[in-house]
Amino acid sequence: MGLRYLLGRLAVMIPVFIVVVTVVFFMIRFAPGGPFDSEKQVPPDILKNLNAKYHLDESLAKQYVRYWGDLSRFDLGPSFKYANRTVNEIIAESLPVSAELGLISLVWALLIGVTAGGLAALKPNSLYDYIPMSFSILGICLPTFVIGPLLVLVFAVWGGWLPVGGWNTWQDRLLPSLTLGFAYAAYISRLTRGGLMEIRSQDFIRTARAKGLSEGKVIVKHALRGGLLPVVSYLGPAMAGIISGALVTEQIFNIPGLGRFFIQSAVNRDYTVVMGTSLLYFSLIFVANFCVDIVYVFLDPRVRYE
Amino acid sequence: MTRKSYLIVGALALALVDLLGLYSLRTPAKAAAGKQVIRINNGAEPKTLDPHGATGVYEDLLLRQIYEPLVARDAKDLHPIPGVAESWKMSKDGKEYTFKLRTNAKWSNGEPVTAEDFVYAWKRILDPKTASEYASMAYPLKNAKGINTGEIKDFTKLGAKAVDAHTLKVTLENPTPYFLSLLDHYSLYPVYKKSVDTHGDRWTRPENFVGNGAYNLKSWEINKSIVMVKSPTYWDNAAVKIDEATFFPVDNLDTEEKMFRTKQIDVTREIPPEKLPFWQKDKTGVFVSSDYLGTYYFRLNVTKGPLKDVRIRKALNLAIDREKLVKYVSRGNQNPALAYTPPGTGGYNPPKVLPGDLSRLAEAKKLLADAGFPAGKGFPKIEILYNTQEIHKKMSEAIQAMWKENLGIEVGIINQEWKVYLNSMKTLSYDVARAGWIGDYNDPNTFLENFMTTNGNNMTGFANKAYDNAVIASQKEVNLEKRKVHFAEAEKILLDELPVLPVYIWRRNFLKATNVQGWYPNIQDLHTLKDVWLEATPG
Repeated sequence: MGLRYLLGRLAVMIPVFIVVVTVVFFMIRFAPGGPFDSEKQVPPDILKNLNAKYHLDESLAKQYVRYWGDLSRFDLGPSFKYANRTVNEIIAESLPVSAELGLISLVWALLIGVTAGGLAALKPNSLYDYIPMSFSILGICLPTFVIGPLLVLVFAVWGGWLPVGGWNTWQDRLLPSLTLGFAYAAYISRLTRGGLMEIRSQDFIRTARAKGLSEGKVIVKHALRGGLLPVVSYLGPAMAGIISGALVTEQIFNIPGLGRFFIQSAVNRDYTVVMGTSLLYFSLIFVANFCVDIVYVFLDPRVRYE
Repeated sequence: MTRKSYLIVGALALALVDLLGLYSLRTPAKAAAGKQVIRINNGAEPKTLDPHGATGVYEDLLLRQIYEPLVARDAKDLHPIPGVAESWKMSKDGKEYTFKLRTNAKWSNGEPVTAEDFVYAWKRILDPKTASEYASMAYPLKNAKGINTGEIKDFTKLGAKAVDAHTLKVTLENPTPYFLSLLDHYSLYPVYKKSVDTHGDRWTRPENFVGNGAYNLKSWEINKSIVMVKSPTYWDNAAVKIDEATFFPVDNLDTEEKMFRTKQIDVTREIPPEKLPFWQKDKTGVFVSSDYLGTYYFRLNVTKGPLKDVRIRKALNLAIDREKLVKYVSRGNQNPALAYTPPGTGGYNPPKVLPGDLSRLAEAKKLLADAGFPAGKGFPKIEILYNTQEIHKKMSEAIQAMWKENLGIEVGIINQEWKVYLNSMKTLSYDVARAGWIGDYNDPNTFLENFMTTNGNNMTGFANKAYDNAVIASQKEVNLEKRKVHFAEAEKILLDELPVLPVYIWRRNFLKATNVQGWYPNIQDLHTLKDVWLEATPG
C-alpha cells in the first residue's frame, strides 16, 4: 500500500490544523459579545479583574501565541463558564459518554441499515424493497427531535418500560441510541441499496453467476464488498459526528455528552471550550477519513494509493 | 461474509450493547425503608459550586443546601432568621452590626465555624485575583469597593472584624437597610480556607469539598447529576428530614416534564409554555404557581430617533394592552405590571401608574399627534429587538400588532442571538428591546438602582438627576416607611419618563409531587431542603 501516500495525507493535516486553530481562535473572538456578558451587567472594575484572570486583557496577538504555547503542552485551558473545570477535564468526562452513545448508535445504524438495504437490493421493486425504503425515507425526513420524544412518549410515558432520560443503566442507553441510530440507518440503507444495485450489473458479478453460485452467495461474497464502498466513505464523517456528540439527542435524553458543550460553548462565548471541542472534532474527522482511506484498499482491489 | 459470520457479528454487536450497559449498571438510589430521598431538577448545570464564582439561580438552589449563611431566611415570608449567627445587634445609625455566632456551628469536617471564616470569605470574594462577577454584592461593607478595584491594598481595612471566635463586627459604608437579606445571598457565604488553599480551583470537587450547610456534597458529575446527603456535623441536623437529594441539570423543558410524569423527578424547574394550559387545569395538586420577584419589560432607547420624545414613549406605553398580553401571550398566570417594581418587594407597594388595558388610548393618540404624527402618519420605522426565543418572539409580535392597530404605526421586529443582543443593548444600538430583571434580594433597591445614570444595567440612555437623588436617599435612610416615600418618588419619575415599558410581573410555574411538603412558594423562589420533608404516600 502506498506508504508515501498515507504519510502525505498525515503531513497535510499539519497546515490544516494550523488554519483551523487560527480561524476558530479569531472568529469566536470577533463574534459580538464576550464570555462575561450577562443580563446583569458586570461592573467595569470587576470586568477588569475577570479579563486579567483569563488574560483577555492582553493583545489578540499575545493571546494567540499564548494559546499555541498551551496547546503544545496539550493544555486546552480553563473553561470561562464552568469556572472550576478545565477544558481537558470537560472533554475527558463527556467524550466517553458521547463515544459510547455514538458506538451503540452506529451498531444499530449498520445492523438496520445494511440489512434493510441488502434486502431491498436483493429483491428490487418488491415489497422487500418498498417497505424498508419507505421507512428509510421516514428516517431521513423525521429529525431526531421528533423521533426521540415520540419514542419516549410510547416506551417511557405510556408504556413505562424505559426511563425518559439519564445515563445510568443499560435501559438508559436504548432509546437515545435507537433515536440516533435510526437517522443514520436511513442513509446507510439507501447507500447500501444503491451500491449493491450498481454493482449487481457489473461483469464480475455476471461471471460469478455464470459459475453457478447461488444469488445469496453472489450478494454476500462478491457484491457486498464493493457495494458497501459508498457506505464506508459515508461512515468516516458520520463516525466523527456521531462520536463527538449529538446535541439534540443528548438534550432530549439528558445525556452528559460532549455535543451539548460543543454547541453551548459557542452560545456562551466560552472561548477555550469552543477551541477545544472544535479541535477535537477536527481531529476526529481527520482520523476517521484516514481510516476510511485504508479500509477502502481492503474492500476494493481496484483502489491503489500511489 | 458467510451466513455464519453474519451471526457472529450480530452476536458481538449485541454483546457490546449488553456489556456497555452492564458495565455502568448503577440503578438510581431506591428509597430504603424510612429513608427520605428527593429528586429535583435544577434546570441547568451550575457554573461552579464556589459561592464566589456563582452568578445565578442555578447555583443558588444547590449552594443554599451545602452552606449556611450568617443570617438565613424564613421559608415562607423570607424575613431574616438566625443562621450561623444566633443573634445580632444593629447600631442606631444602621452602619454597624455585631453578630453572635452559635458555638455549635461546624464545618463538614467537624471544625467549628468561626467569625474569622466569614472575614476570610468576604476578603476572598473582594480580592481582585478571585475575579468574582458578583463581588459587588459585598460593596455595602466598608472599603469593599476600594479593595475590589485594587485602590486599597490593605485588606484589613475591610469593614469586617472577628472580635473573637464567635463575635463578628461588621461596619458598612452606608446604612444598608437590606443588609441582613444580602447575607443570605451566596456571594456572602463562608468558605473553608484550608480547602481553598490546598486544592486551588479543585476545592469544589466532592472529595475536597468542605461546607457548613445541612447537606454535604456526595457526588458531582458534570451535566449528569449532583448528589447531596444529610450532613452529620450540621448543628441542627436533628431537624433535617430529607436524607438524600439528587439534582439533575435537565434544560429541555419537555424532557423535564416527561421525567416528572414518569416519576423520575419530584420537583421541576419549569413547565413547557405549550403545556401550561393543560397543567393549569390539573386537579391532582401537582401544579404550583406563585409570584416571583421579577419584571418582564421592554427597554426604550431614549437617545435615538422618535423615542427621544417622551410624548411618543408615553403613547407607546398607553397603547399596549397588558391584560391581553398576559392572558393570550405569556399565559402563565402572570399579573400585568402596573409599575416597574413588583408589588410587595421588601414590603413596598409601588404606585399603580400604568394602565392594565387600553382605557387611556385616546390620550395616547393625542400625544402621538402632538408629537407630530397624527394617526401614526410619517412615523419613522423603528424595531423591536428580542433575543431568539419563541416566547419573546410572540410577545414582540403581539406588541407590534397592538401599536399598529391602536396607533397606526409600523414597527419591525428583529431577533438576535443572546450575546449579540446583550451587546446591542450595551451599545444602545436598538430602538425597543425586550428585557427582564429578577431581583437579587428582596428590596426595591435591586430594581430601582438599575436606572441610575451611571448604572451598567441602565442601557436605555436614561439620565435623570431627580431620579438618582431619590434612589440615593432611599439607600441612606434606615426607616422603612421613609424609604417607601423615596421609592415611590423614584418610581413615579421612572414611569413618567418611561425608559421602560413594564409588561408583567414574573411568575414561577412548576410541578411538585404531592408528597413533597415544606417546599413553600415564596417571592424569591428560595428553597432550603432543611424545611422540606416527604409525606408517606398511601399505598
